[in-house]
Amino acid sequence: MMWYVIRRFALAIPTLIGVAIITFFLLRVLPGDIVEIKLRGDGGDVSEAALAAERARLGLDQPLLVQFADWMTGLATFDLGTSLWTGERVAHEIAIRLPLSLEVAILSTILAILIAFPLGTLAAVFRGTIIDYVVRIITIGGLAVPPFWLGMLMIVGLITWFDWLPALGFVPLFTDPVKNLSQLIWPALSVGYRYSSVVARMLRSTILEVLEEDYIRTARAKGVTERMVVAKHAMRNALLPAITVLGLEFAFLIGGLVVTEQVFSLNGIGLLFVESVLHNDFTMIQGLVMVVATGFVLINLMVDVLYALLDPRIRYE
Amino acid sequence: MNIAAHPKPDLALKPILQIEDLCVEFRTTRGLVRAVQNVSYEVHPGEMVAIVGESGSGKSVSALAIMGLLPPKTTRIPKGRVMFDGEDLLTRSKTQMQRIRGRHIGMIFQEPMTSLNPVLTIGDQLCEPLRIHLGMDKEAQHARAVELLGLVGISDAARRLTQYPHEFSGGMRQRVMIAIGLACNPKLLIADEPTTALDVTIQAQILELMKKLSRELGIAMIVITHNLGVVARYADRVNVMYAAQIAEKAEALPLFCAPLHPYTAGLLRAVPRLDQGREARLATIDGLPPDLMNPPTGCRFADRCPARIDACAKMPELREINPGHLSACHRAEEMNGPLRDGLYPLYKAQAAEAEAEGRVEGKNALEVDGLTMNFHVKIGRNPLSRKKAVVKAVDDVSFSIEAGRTLGLVGESGCGKTTVGRSILRLLKPTAGAVNFEGQNIARLPESDLTSMRKNMQVIFQDPFASLNPRMTVGQIIAEPMMVRKLVPDTMAARRRVGELLGDVGLPLYMSERYPHQLSGGQRQRVGIARALAMEPSTIICDEPVSALDVSVQAQIINLLEELQERLGITYLFIAHDLAVVRHISHRVGVMYLGRMMEIAESEALFADPLHPYTQALMDAAPIPDVELERHRAPRALKGEIPSPLDPPPGCVFSTRCPLATEECRQTVPQLREVRPGHRVACLKIEETAP
Repeated sequence: MMWYVIRRFALAIPTLIGVAIITFFLLRVLPGDIVEIKLRGDGGDVSEAALAAERARLGLDQPLLVQFADWMTGLATFDLGTSLWTGERVAHEIAIRLPLSLEVAILSTILAILIAFPLGTLAAVFRGTIIDYVVRIITIGGLAVPPFWLGMLMIVGLITWFDWLPALGFVPLFTDPVKNLSQLIWPALSVGYRYSSVVARMLRSTILEVLEEDYIRTARAKGVTERMVVAKHAMRNALLPAITVLGLEFAFLIGGLVVTEQVFSLNGIGLLFVESVLHNDFTMIQGLVMVVATGFVLINLMVDVLYALLDPRIRYE
Repeated sequence: MNIAAHPKPDLALKPILQIEDLCVEFRTTRGLVRAVQNVSYEVHPGEMVAIVGESGSGKSVSALAIMGLLPPKTTRIPKGRVMFDGEDLLTRSKTQMQRIRGRHIGMIFQEPMTSLNPVLTIGDQLCEPLRIHLGMDKEAQHARAVELLGLVGISDAARRLTQYPHEFSGGMRQRVMIAIGLACNPKLLIADEPTTALDVTIQAQILELMKKLSRELGIAMIVITHNLGVVARYADRVNVMYAAQIAEKAEALPLFCAPLHPYTAGLLRAVPRLDQGREARLATIDGLPPDLMNPPTGCRFADRCPARIDACAKMPELREINPGHLSACHRAEEMNGPLRDGLYPLYKAQAAEAEAEGRVEGKNALEVDGLTMNFHVKIGRNPLSRKKAVVKAVDDVSFSIEAGRTLGLVGESGCGKTTVGRSILRLLKPTAGAVNFEGQNIARLPESDLTSMRKNMQVIFQDPFASLNPRMTVGQIIAEPMMVRKLVPDTMAARRRVGELLGDVGLPLYMSERYPHQLSGGQRQRVGIARALAMEPSTIICDEPVSALDVSVQAQIINLLEELQERLGITYLFIAHDLAVVRHISHRVGVMYLGRMMEIAESEALFADPLHPYTQALMDAAPIPDVELERHRAPRALKGEIPSPLDPPPGCVFSTRCPLATEECRQTVPQLREVRPGHRVACLKIEETAP
């Protein structure tokens, strides 16, 4: 078990290095020049010399490989560099916005699990009945409706029927939990809906599959009640694929957040992402991608560990 | 322990289970299937009752109906009673049945590998019925669980309880299943094909164990099986099922000695027997069982019955012909007389003496010399260690096959027999050794030069379901290799050839338009044979070609293979685990164990006088479908399990289970040596055991 976790952990490092390389070079291929945007963006007439000076100040005149080496050295010491646009520390810019996005992400994951597990299980146990059909309609909706549109519907609905709009300014969770949650529950729900639909559908089909297994028949032959057959014998086996999906879908969750934060005017890393891309702020984008990628890798590491805890066969591999 | 020593169960006691007129129907998308019709039988305490039948005969369904384990949505039980201990189980509610299942009736299933929950410990699964039915506390559960594992012969019980199913071998898992079945001291144990997935030496261990426990604990037992040998060795009474109905029921002895239903008689003649050699062609029951969606109104066996008369258009009743011996046949009385022996004549294969045409004395079609196949597997959990273990799947195996003859290769799972076949076909590249075929050492040929070998050496696989492409018609499947190798000039010629080949394997021409899923298992295997024949090979490697088939169909395929050999002079390497099948089809037989050849000899010599202790144990373990013979055999069940090929014993690989093993055997690897003319054995003790 120990070795298993260590091995998974060790595998995460080359993954992140790969992400760093690809992000860095892919960004350089994109058209657009931050110095041009910064100095000539308003249509002002700026001399070539001034542009060159600005490039030199930002270090953009260095050969690509030197820039890359500098950035990688920084990464190794957890230094993400400074923003090309604002000149602020990238780490700082991200750090002040991360709590909000992280909270929405965690909240929507929790919501997704809370919705998906009962729905998926019910649909499987009552397969072919009205319950199953209702769950299938709900989950199809989750796949079909884009999160940002759902977010807009929520805002419209809240205003028209309740004459109430979630607060715009972010209040940290521990300062005023009620206010914080009443603000963030809506974006979390709009992103979590899709998330929960994917997981619920996965869970439904794996439970159905597991219920056909020989060992379920054995459990029934032992006189185990149908409830315990599902809860004890089928669930643990059915959870494995559902958890995998939970980890993989986390990437879509981030993607959904980028747009949803715009809809709810939340100043999180999603908003920062969009702005940095508009400005061609390479260092900021790189920093953001690294943070998100690390989060993704960590989530999937957790999934792997959870997997090993649930399935003894993996522990002994 | 000799089973004959056990006292007979007292039939005067009230039966513990009485099934009366049971009918079961399934609703399917294609229509209503009447899976069980008017079935009645009873089971007395301490008695072992066998339900025998081929797949789809309804034998398992009737047992699942007792347990109330049939899928509730699609099943209907329109008629019948299942009286257990004075109450009708069919009228019990779901919760009442939950209290009976696992408490008063236990059940053991066919697939030990998948019947235990992989994510729960053995202890968890064993203690579950103790907790839910007997309300034992943790300590009492543990004590009882340890006791149960001891009862089923698993040592080191306390530690084993904390392990998971994947740490147990198949035989050990089946022991655990038996322990779970016995946990609450049930009155009835139902075993559905309990040993079908197990090796023959392990099968003997498990059956001996079940018989012993049933006698000692007074548990009534229902054994559902297709294996007539198992029935002959262990059952007190037998019910033969055919197409959802009971065809014949009797005590084991009269049923085997004097069957009163033509189906039973045919089955008994269709099984290859360990005590019968090549000279006898197997009797076959032609055709297939009827479709239960639309069964004939008369006798369901009439279509396939050699004793059919006009009266058979009317459904026969199950009648008592001799005391305690019932048969559902209009001519059952006549079956008491000469009719029985005339039905399925055991005729001698015509060409048996003449030998196959292609045979040229002394000319070998295939010579295998020192064949070795090593696999490298990573061991240990440390990801940085590069420690690899070498598994010698095949270790220094040599044999040759004369042209036009059959060499049978027999052994239990993991003995390397399939790897031998694959190495010869060059699906695997042998680590060492030579395979001489048509004047070339094909073990060393480069991949590009294998074309001509691949044309002349074909293969037939075990699983007729998986080895045919489901999206191609039978005609396309058979024509494909001919087209690829350009053996035929055009599609018209290919179609003609497909027709010929279908005729060769006994399939009607219209089959060429069908898809594999529309065929039965036996028909699919015939297609596999036709595909192999399309290349006009000189040699065919048959890898367990009949082990997935029902007895009556198995006999058809074996006969077909023999007939093709006589007609076309084809050489066979016949790989199988079933000794009787191998004996029946082979001229020469090799016995493998843990990657090594233990004994090789002419079939007659080997079976008449097996010299190697392992061969002897194998033959002892394999039951013969003959009650009288079985009652007088004292089975010497081989102890222990096959060692892991990762860590084979030094010296003789069989030394860990061998009754004759001495210190010398544990250190010296015995070489295969010629003990008698043409009879080679790898055993150090052989002079002492030879008569």
